[in-house]
Amino acid sequence: MANTSSVNEKETMGMKTKRTVLSIIGTAFFAVLSFIIVFPLVAGLIASFRPGTELIRRGLSVDLDFSSMTLANYKYLFGNNVDGQKYFMWYKNSLILTAVSVVGTLFICYIVAYGLTMYNYKLKNFLFFLVIATMMVPFEILILPLYKEMISLKLIDTMAGVVLPGLCGASTIFFFRQYMTGLPKELLDAGRIDGATEYGICFKIMLPITKPAFAAMSILCAMGAWNNVLWPMLVFRSAEKFTLPIGLNTLLTPYGNNYDVLIAGSMFGIIPVFIVFLCFQRYFIEGMTAGAVKG
Amino acid sequence: MSKFKKFFYSQKAAPYVFVLPFILSFALFWIYPLCSTITMSFQEIKPAGTEWVGMANFVKLTKDTVFHTAILNSFEYMILTLVLLIPFPMLFAVLMDSRLVKAKGFWKACLYVPALTSVVISGTLFRLMFSEYQTGQMNVITAALGLGTFKWLKMKATGLAALLIVACWRWTGVNMLYFISGLKAIDTALYESADIDGATAWQKFRYVTIPLLKPTTIYVLTISVYAGLAMFMEAYMLWAGPDSPNNIGLTIVGYLYKRGITKNQLGYGSAVGIVLLVIALAINIVQLILNGTFKKEED
Repeated sequence: MANTSSVNEKETMGMKTKRTVLSIIGTAFFAVLSFIIVFPLVAGLIASFRPGTELIRRGLSVDLDFSSMTLANYKYLFGNNVDGQKYFMWYKNSLILTAVSVVGTLFICYIVAYGLTMYNYKLKNFLFFLVIATMMVPFEILILPLYKEMISLKLIDTMAGVVLPGLCGASTIFFFRQYMTGLPKELLDAGRIDGATEYGICFKIMLPITKPAFAAMSILCAMGAWNNVLWPMLVFRSAEKFTLPIGLNTLLTPYGNNYDVLIAGSMFGIIPVFIVFLCFQRYFIEGMTAGAVKG
Repeated sequence: MSKFKKFFYSQKAAPYVFVLPFILSFALFWIYPLCSTITMSFQEIKPAGTEWVGMANFVKLTKDTVFHTAILNSFEYMILTLVLLIPFPMLFAVLMDSRLVKAKGFWKACLYVPALTSVVISGTLFRLMFSEYQTGQMNVITAALGLGTFKWLKMKATGLAALLIVACWRWTGVNMLYFISGLKAIDTALYESADIDGATAWQKFRYVTIPLLKPTTIYVLTISVYAGLAMFMEAYMLWAGPDSPNNIGLTIVGYLYKRGITKNQLGYGSAVGIVLLVIALAINIVQLILNGTFKKEED
């Protein structure tokens, strides 16, 4: 008896050490992978403390020579000069565009999803099929005709031209609908009995309980708007209307006379998204993966 | 007026009021441009006027070797991203989901960070990293490995490698998170009963995890196929514009952009778009068949 129990103990001891070793290997694996993934951004951050001319001459180099680091790029960026002023104009434009498209997209996608979920009517399934259909055509195919359309609607070089085509995002509608199908529909009837109108029910009763979906979607929409490049690049023409990515892109010339602003500006441009990510990490993942499991 | 008001507030009208923005947006920004691009693909659009040319644009495409390069590049890129960005993130997800890894939240966050950056910023960083100078990061790495240095963005193989490295950097973490959320949906009782039957770790992965992850895998596959075929901005950033030496970085959308926007040939550019549309729809139908969507109706 005593013998077998000691054997068992040895076995569990052995398993425990095996577990610990495996756990160290597993954790080390992700540490290395994370290091590789984060590295380009760290390298960019280091480079932003070096003169831009060095970037053209040497590429993004790896050495950690602290003595050659300077704050000159950032001083120039925040200083009172043409480039700095231009940069913060782009920054401001990006912030405004992001705010407008998040508020617009969420409001419209919420009411559309509400209309597609809370009522039973003839065209409901057909309309939902149309929402899905818009997901099946890559947006890139539509850039030429949309570009032409924006010219004839006189919306080229305006914020409306950038925001309007994206307001009814199919995936956002899809997410809201997914969330709302789980809500109790009895609330609608309760609201009607209490004398609320259909619109009152939508905004005063149902909207508050859809808040978690709003949280997840607002972050995803904001990130999309802040980082959007292709469509704004086609619509905006005058430099004073550019958003941050479009503006930074114009600095990426072969002559590289603006690389100081480019690299420091790029790093400073990541900050808002990064802060939001650190605060609301849970919502990022929720919003992003919602379509994958059920869809 | 009060009659209208009454109708507006009725339960019958309300849903249509709610979905009205979608109907408007659908008509203005989807159906109309889609029809317009189909029409334009049969036209030649010049400043002087528009001319119907029938199938001429498509006939020209069949003989256009630059377009063939673009198609080939897009397909190569798409297939290689599938090979790299489905099996590896899946394995990483399984490992991450096991009890063997400590500080999971931190690693997950690190792997997700690239998805936060705009293509412009990540493209700029990678353009600098793939610099052809000896001091460029990638050349430092390959030199340390004894492979010598490369003019990364000037040759076909290394140019494609650069695009794939950017894709892996951006999407490995995102795809891993998709697979993790798929794993969370698998009933743990299945693993317990597999344990009772004496299944090895590999058998559990092969016969429980992979089949039950199928919905997630199909989702990741679909978005990867679309993103792969429609890739443009990554190449645009790496080569600082739509042009690359010997068109090594030219994709289908890149060619659409070059013809339609840079050269202002909206007709010919639209024809390129229609080819991409047909490819996308064909893939969609194949995917629906594999998914078993049509089977249900037969039963």
